[in-house]
Amino acid sequence: MIRTVEATAGHEEMAAGNGHHEAEGRMVRVRVLRQDIAGGESYWERFEVPYEPNMNVISVLQKIAARARSLDGRRVAPVTWDCNCLEEVCGSCTMLINGRTRMACSALVDKLVVEDGEEIELRPMSKYPVVRDLVVDRRRVFRALEKVEAWVPVEGSYDLGPGPRISPEEQEDAYPLSTCMSCGCCLEACPQYTKIEVIRRDDESEADFDARRKAAYDSGFVGAHAISQAVLFNAHPTGRMIADERMEALTSKGGIQVCGNAQNCVAVCPKHIPLTRSIARVGRAATFWAIKKIFDR
Amino acid sequence: MAQPRVLVVGGGLAGLSASMRLAELGVGVDLVSLVPVKRSHSVCAQGGINSVNALTRQQGDNEWKHFDDTVYGGDFLQHQPPVKEMADWGPRIIDLMDRLGVPFNRTSEGFRDQRRFGGTLYKRTSFAGATTGQQLLYALDEQVRRHEVDGKVKKWEFWDFLGPVLDESGRCRGAVCQDLVTMQFRAFPADAVVLATGGNGLIYGRSTMSMVCNGSAVSRAYRAGAWYGNGEFIQVHPTAIPGADKLRLMSESARGEGGRVWVPKKPQDPRDPREIPEAERSYFLEERYPKYGNLVPRDIATREIFDICTTDGLSVEKDRLCVYLDLTHIPRETLDRKLGGILEIYEKFQGVDPRSMPMKIFPAVHYSMGGLWVDYEKSASGGMLEGSPRNQQTNIPGLFAIGECDYQYHGANRLGANSLLSCIFSGLFIAPTLANHAGSAVGDSSRLFEAEIRRQDERHRELLARTSGVENPYELHHQLGNIMTRVATVVRRNEQLSAAYDEVCLLAERWKRCAVSDTGNWTNQNVVFTKAVGDMFPVAKLILKGALMRDECRGAHYKPAFAMPGLAATDPVSKRREAEQWCDAFAANTRKWLKSSIAKCDADGNPEISYQDIDTSLTPPRPRLYGLVGGDTIEEVWKEREAEATAAGQSPVVGGRTVGAGT
Repeated sequence: MIRTVEATAGHEEMAAGNGHHEAEGRMVRVRVLRQDIAGGESYWERFEVPYEPNMNVISVLQKIAARARSLDGRRVAPVTWDCNCLEEVCGSCTMLINGRTRMACSALVDKLVVEDGEEIELRPMSKYPVVRDLVVDRRRVFRALEKVEAWVPVEGSYDLGPGPRISPEEQEDAYPLSTCMSCGCCLEACPQYTKIEVIRRDDESEADFDARRKAAYDSGFVGAHAISQAVLFNAHPTGRMIADERMEALTSKGGIQVCGNAQNCVAVCPKHIPLTRSIARVGRAATFWAIKKIFDR
Repeated sequence: MAQPRVLVVGGGLAGLSASMRLAELGVGVDLVSLVPVKRSHSVCAQGGINSVNALTRQQGDNEWKHFDDTVYGGDFLQHQPPVKEMADWGPRIIDLMDRLGVPFNRTSEGFRDQRRFGGTLYKRTSFAGATTGQQLLYALDEQVRRHEVDGKVKKWEFWDFLGPVLDESGRCRGAVCQDLVTMQFRAFPADAVVLATGGNGLIYGRSTMSMVCNGSAVSRAYRAGAWYGNGEFIQVHPTAIPGADKLRLMSESARGEGGRVWVPKKPQDPRDPREIPEAERSYFLEERYPKYGNLVPRDIATREIFDICTTDGLSVEKDRLCVYLDLTHIPRETLDRKLGGILEIYEKFQGVDPRSMPMKIFPAVHYSMGGLWVDYEKSASGGMLEGSPRNQQTNIPGLFAIGECDYQYHGANRLGANSLLSCIFSGLFIAPTLANHAGSAVGDSSRLFEAEIRRQDERHRELLARTSGVENPYELHHQLGNIMTRVATVVRRNEQLSAAYDEVCLLAERWKRCAVSDTGNWTNQNVVFTKAVGDMFPVAKLILKGALMRDECRGAHYKPAFAMPGLAATDPVSKRREAEQWCDAFAANTRKWLKSSIAKCDADGNPEISYQDIDTSLTPPRPRLYGLVGGDTIEEVWKEREAEATAAGQSPVVGGRTVGAGT
C-alpha cells in the first residue's frame, strides 16, 4: 500500500539528527582535566564548541575531537574518552562532570548549564589509574565479579531443558540488580574504595604482572556493585548452590566489613539499583555465616 | 601438536556464545574486542528474542512457521537451510539462556512470559524488561568470565583487529591486532579466526548503533579477499528518538505491548496530543494493515511513517519530521514492568514522560542484513549439518563470520527479535565446526606475521606523520554519513545512487589527504578513528553499487521506479486479469532478482558485484502481500499456480503463463 514517495526531505532529516541545527553564535565552554600518559602530570585545558539544542557531554567531546583546538586557538590533541552505546546501558562513559560521578551520555548540556553555570568541568574518575585524559583503567571492577563468582554455575551449555520456575516477584526483585552495567559510579562515590595503581616492573613478565595486579585488587574493597551481584546470584535457585563460596569471598579481606555505610553508592547509581539493600542483605548473611562457621569448626 | 586455538573477534552475543561453547569443547580462545566485552553493542537490543514456545504451539505454531515467517518477512532472499536450523534451535536457546539466569519476565505461575513482535501473529518473543539484549549479553559474559578464570579464554579488551593473515595458499592463519592503549601490534596465530564484529551503522553517521559499530573489521577482511553478500540491505528501524549524537532506538516491543502509531488528521495540529479526539487521529498502520496493525514488518512500517510525513505532510511538527508513538492508554504499572528500560531512555534524553505523553519518533538506520558471505552444508533434514567445516566459513579458508556481520539469516529484511536469536545460534552452532577445523593448517606461519606487522606498522606511522594534511577525518565521516543517509536508506533512486557513488569515491580520495591531530603513540583515538573512517569507504561503495544495480523492490530495498503497486480494478473479472498479470510480473522479477549480490573488492577498494542463486528448496518464494490492495486476489491466483506447478513437479516461479518459462 506504499505510494510512491517523492519527497527526499525525510532523508535529510534523518541525516541531520532531525532538525538539530547549531543555534546561531552560542558556545558551550568546557574545562577538561587532561593527562597525556599513564602516571604523567595532569593539567587543565579549556575548549569551546558551538551549542546545539539537546546536546549531551558526548556530543561536546565529539566536537572537541573534530576541532582539536583549545580555547586559545592552539592545535592540541583531541581529548581522549571512553564511550559506546550513548544510551546509558553499556557503562563505558563514566566521568566526573561538574564534580559528580555520572555517565557522560545522559548528561545534557542544557541541564548542566542551569544547575551549575556556564562552564562544564570534566575530570576522569579518581579511584582508577588514568590511562589518558578521561580514560581510566577499570579492570578492577571486573576482577571483583570474578572474586564473588558472579555467575550461575551451570554444568555446560548443552540442552538440559528450561531453567527453574521463578515467580514474578522474584524476577522483579532480581531484574533491577541485573541491570548493573559495571560503570563504577558507586565505587567512585564510596569513601572506603580507594585507588589501587599497580605499575609493571621492567623485568616482570605479563603473567606475573597480571597476578600481582589481581592480588592487589583483591586486597582492596570489593565494592557495592559486586556485593549486589552476589545478592543477585545468591537469590537464583541454581546460583545459590555456591552461595557459601560467595560468602567466603565477601567476608575475606576487602569484603563487606569494609563498607562504612556512607550510602553514597545508591545515591549516584545511574540505574537506581537498591545497592544499600543488597549491602544490608549481605551484612545480615555475613553475621549468620560467621556464627555458622564457629559451630561448623 | 599444540593445543587448538581460535581467535574470536568481537565480544557481543555471537562472539561470547562461540567463546563459551569453544571453551567447553577444550579449544583455547583468544577473545579480542574494541571495548570490554560487557560493553558490546548487544546491550542495546531491547525487545526480546524469538522462539516457538509451549503456548504458541497450542495455537498452531511450530518451528516451520517461525522459519516461514522469517523467510517471508525477509522476502525470500536468504538461503533456507540455515534459517530452518536457527528456528529449530530457538526453543533450546531460550531454555539455555533461562538456565544461565537471564531474568526473563514471568507469568503469574512463574513461567516465561512472551509478547508479540512484528511480522508474525504469534507471541513468540521472550523478554527481560526492555533490556533483553543487555540481560542475554550479561549471562554469556558471566559464563565466559568463568572460563577466563579457568584459563580457557584469554580476553584482549581495547584491541583492534587490523586484518587476517593469509598464507601462500590463501588460508587464514590468524590475525594482527593492535593494543588501543599502548598502540603495540601483536600477532595472533590461530587455527581459525571468527569475526563476530556486528553491524556498520556508523557508515551512515548517526544510527541506532553504538560507536564501535564502524564495520572496520569486516572491511579489513573484505579488502583481504572475503566476499560481502547483500550489502544493499540495510534495515531502517521505524521508531527511534532523534538525537544530536545518536538516534536512540525505541523498541518494537513498545508496539508489541500495544503501543499505537498515529498522526493528527489536521496537519501540525497545535493541540496537546492528549486533547485530540479519536476521530481526529489517523492510526495509519492499523487502517492500512488490519491484519498486522502496528506490527507490520519493519521495512513497511518505516516506509509508511516516512511517507505520511514527507508525502502527506502530516508530520506532528512542522520543523522536524515525527509521528506519535502512543502508550498512554496502557496502565503505568504494566509499562514499568514490561518496558521500563526504554521508557527511562526516552524520559532521560527527551525530558518527557512517555507514560503520560505520546512519544515523538522517526525512522533511523538500525541493522545490516548484509555482511560477509558465509557458506553452510545442508543436512538431510533440510537444516544445517552440525560440525561441517563449511558452516559460517567465508570464502577464505579458516576465516569465519557469525552474528550481524554475516549475511546469512535475515534476507532482505530482518524480523524484530530474530537478531538475538541469530547471534546466539550462529555462535553456538559454529563451535564444533571450529573444533573440527583445528590443526588443519600446516607449516610455520611466523614469517607471515612478521611481514604483516611490518606492513601495519608502516601504515600506522604513515598516518601519524600526516600532520600537514588538509582534510579532517571527522568532517569526512560526517559528509559520508549524510550522503549515505540521503540516498541509501528508505527510498532509493538510481540517479541519486549513481551520483552518490562518485561522491563517495571523491571522499575516499580526500581521505588520503587527512591530517591527524594527535601524533602521539599512546591511546591515540584520533588515529584509530582515522583508520576506521578510511575503512568505511569500500563498504559504503559496495552498499551503493549493490543498491544501484538491484532494479527491484525487495524488503528494505525500495526503489519507487520498480515498485509493483496493488490492483486498481474493482470488478471481479478485471481484478482477476490484473492479478494474473501481477503474478506474471512477480514470477519474472523473481527469476531475475531472487539472488544474493556478492561484492568482491578490487585493489583500489572498489566492488565488483555478481549474483548467486538462493537455496529455496524448503519453501518456494511467494508474493509478499502484507496489506497490498487486491492482495487477496493475487494470493488466490498464486495459490492456484502453486498447486499446478506442484502437480507438474515444477516451481511456480518458473511456470509463468504469459511470460515464457524462465531459466
